[in-house]
Amino acid sequence: MELDPVFLSRIQFAFVISFHIIFPAFTIGLAAWLATLEGTRLATGNPVYRRVFDFWLKVFALSFGMGVVSGIVMAFQFGTNWSVLAERTGPIQGPLLGYEGFTAFLLEATFFGVMLLGRDRAPPWFYFLSCCMVSVGTMLSSFWILCNNSWMQVPLGHAIVEGRFVPVDWWSIVTGPIVRVRWPHMLLAAFLTTGMSIIATGAWYILRGRQPAEARVMLHWGLSLVAAIIPIQMFFGHVTGLYVLNYQPAKFAAIEARWLTQQPASEVLIAIPDPWAERNLLAIEVPKLGSFIASGNWDAKEVGLEAYPTEDRPPVVIPFFGFRLMVGMGLIMLAVSWFGLWLRWRGKLDDTRWFLWVAFLSFPTGFIAVLAGWFTAEVGRQPWVVYGLLRTKDAVTPSLATADVLFSLLAYIAVYAVIYAFGFHYIYRLLRDGPPAAEQGPGDSSLARVPAVAMQEAPSVGAE
Amino acid sequence: MATEPSTLALFWAAVIAVAIVLYVILDGFDLGVGILFGTTRDKALRNEMMDAISPFWDGNETWLVVIGASLFAAFPVVYAVFLPAFYIPVLLLLFGLIFRGVAFEFRYRGSARGLWDLGFFLGSTVVAFVQGAAVGAMIRGIPVVDGQYSGGRFEWLAPLPVFTGIGLVVGYALLGAGWLVLKCEGELREWARLRVPRLAAAALVVIALSAIATIADRDKVVDAVFLGRTWGLIFPAIGVLAMLGVFAGALRRRDGWPFAMTVLFFLSSFATLAMLFWPYMIPYSITVGSAAAPEASLSFLFWGAGLFVLPVIAVYTIAVYWFFRGKMRKPSTGY
Repeated sequence: MELDPVFLSRIQFAFVISFHIIFPAFTIGLAAWLATLEGTRLATGNPVYRRVFDFWLKVFALSFGMGVVSGIVMAFQFGTNWSVLAERTGPIQGPLLGYEGFTAFLLEATFFGVMLLGRDRAPPWFYFLSCCMVSVGTMLSSFWILCNNSWMQVPLGHAIVEGRFVPVDWWSIVTGPIVRVRWPHMLLAAFLTTGMSIIATGAWYILRGRQPAEARVMLHWGLSLVAAIIPIQMFFGHVTGLYVLNYQPAKFAAIEARWLTQQPASEVLIAIPDPWAERNLLAIEVPKLGSFIASGNWDAKEVGLEAYPTEDRPPVVIPFFGFRLMVGMGLIMLAVSWFGLWLRWRGKLDDTRWFLWVAFLSFPTGFIAVLAGWFTAEVGRQPWVVYGLLRTKDAVTPSLATADVLFSLLAYIAVYAVIYAFGFHYIYRLLRDGPPAAEQGPGDSSLARVPAVAMQEAPSVGAE
Repeated sequence: MATEPSTLALFWAAVIAVAIVLYVILDGFDLGVGILFGTTRDKALRNEMMDAISPFWDGNETWLVVIGASLFAAFPVVYAVFLPAFYIPVLLLLFGLIFRGVAFEFRYRGSARGLWDLGFFLGSTVVAFVQGAAVGAMIRGIPVVDGQYSGGRFEWLAPLPVFTGIGLVVGYALLGAGWLVLKCEGELREWARLRVPRLAAAALVVIALSAIATIADRDKVVDAVFLGRTWGLIFPAIGVLAMLGVFAGALRRRDGWPFAMTVLFFLSSFATLAMLFWPYMIPYSITVGSAAAPEASLSFLFWGAGLFVLPVIAVYTIAVYWFFRGKMRKPSTGY
């Protein structure tokens, strides 16, 4: 790995998109959570939902702003650093990403203003509708992004004319078999991320004896949501694994750290893959299980990385650990949510302090799972940027010099360090302070300055 | 090279042209206010300046999103050449937009206000400069080989782009001053009105320098077909008249004139550049016709974004300006 424009551009892309994805992953779920809260409040008239809503709305506004700001950066990355990719796949990726920008703006920007400013001016039904539209907007955004990425993972519906990818079947590009699996997988991941954050926040307040009514709403709803979603997510994760096996067998072998073709194949539970010697150190394996997982048959033959020329193999270490990290986080979510619901059923949830601590400390599980999953998917796609058709090293901007990318990468790191340090700090302060006490006066200063927030959120673009 | 643009390609080129004009005028005034923001230390004036643009600036930047999205979708070659050609300026543009954007939110959160105020001013200035520098670099022409940028890294720091960059900083500041005169009353209006003629004079000086630099670079502009369209000289003439209107408006204390005349000046400048560049999208190597994406892409985009989304954005923009029309009510916020 020498420091060349390709390697540095990859690091840069990984850096800016990793910082970006945590905000959409959070806000997609938050938007749905806010719409649900508002709907429940309309139906029940219970003011506690309004207080929970107002509190999370502030968190949402700030996170959304951070997501928009980092998303604008994403919109330029394809052009600045991957201009060959942009030029060749622009006829397909351009409209998909363009629609992301357009739809996101259309729904989020217009209705988001109502959500932040319109509480006193809009009729309740319209306010609720705006919340729903913002939620729909965030989901549609993620749809276009997943469309685009799924096309890069498994290109279909195109023809190659003079080296350029030309769309011939939009329907299959937009509703292909891959995006049908991966979009729900991402949506559920976003819901889980938010769910775990809400659980952790509620647990935090109960531990500190603050706002118990609001904290219980967060904790109970979060636990129920995560407990219900996690099995569905595991199913979609399984189906996603099947598409990888069918369409990207080399990636599948990398995730399994399967260097040699085996019959029957064992399953490597954990190991330290050694890519130089092409073997696993300290491996714990289960015989035959690998065949069963991949083929549903205990004796099937499973392809190893040796079947592929060296230049077509993905790296192993990141997909292998990324996948296991993601699954591990899923298991933690499963354990926390189901055990928490059992405690609640027994009426012991509020008093089981060790569990509340565990729930609080599970705050980042969703974020880690999202990042680990995306790293598995994207690094596992290598050495291709458009799978099987365009190599990453051929997609980089030809006029770039190493010094350019080194400079821009360091500059991104410096700027993000400042912006994100403060952004995280402000979000932390919001979360720490929690909703105002139940008998709040009208002078909730944070909402009074919402106009400034509102104005920041509108131009959503790029990879949400 | 002689590829004739299809109707859809012309439609999207027109969308991008309109979006650029709207962006330059709309984000121009709030960038300009950001530039002026850094020239005073008076807290009350600064807060009032923020208030004068905070309902609008996000929607204004949306047009940049429309430009970028339409360009990538409808003219991917242009997107793929333009961004690498301005690798470092684009980086600075993004950082400028980031610091500017978060300033609206972060400066009211207690800590590090000085940092966010500085970021707001510098961010606005840098964004204006690199956009202007890009115009200058385009006048000099952008070298392309095999559909990819083939020029150097610092072409945008040649004399002409530096002049046009400074020119746009001054021009946006003028637009911003005009906006403040239009929207504000009392002290801030007087403060801004005092600056209108100075900024207009500075703009004229920089434009003259740019013209000289263009003549010095004339061997690079040789492919421009501007000289064959002498009737196009009407646009620079309108620009000069508009500048006179700016001075007159400031002297005769007409609150709407400086802004309206500066807008007219920007329109005539854009038309002048369009005369210079047409039919090139990347001067002087890639035409609108040769850069267009396949019809399948253009029509996919047209039936959703063109027919539905763009009108809604336009209506939304008009609604916001209508809602906040007239003089700004004071005190709008109690920071």
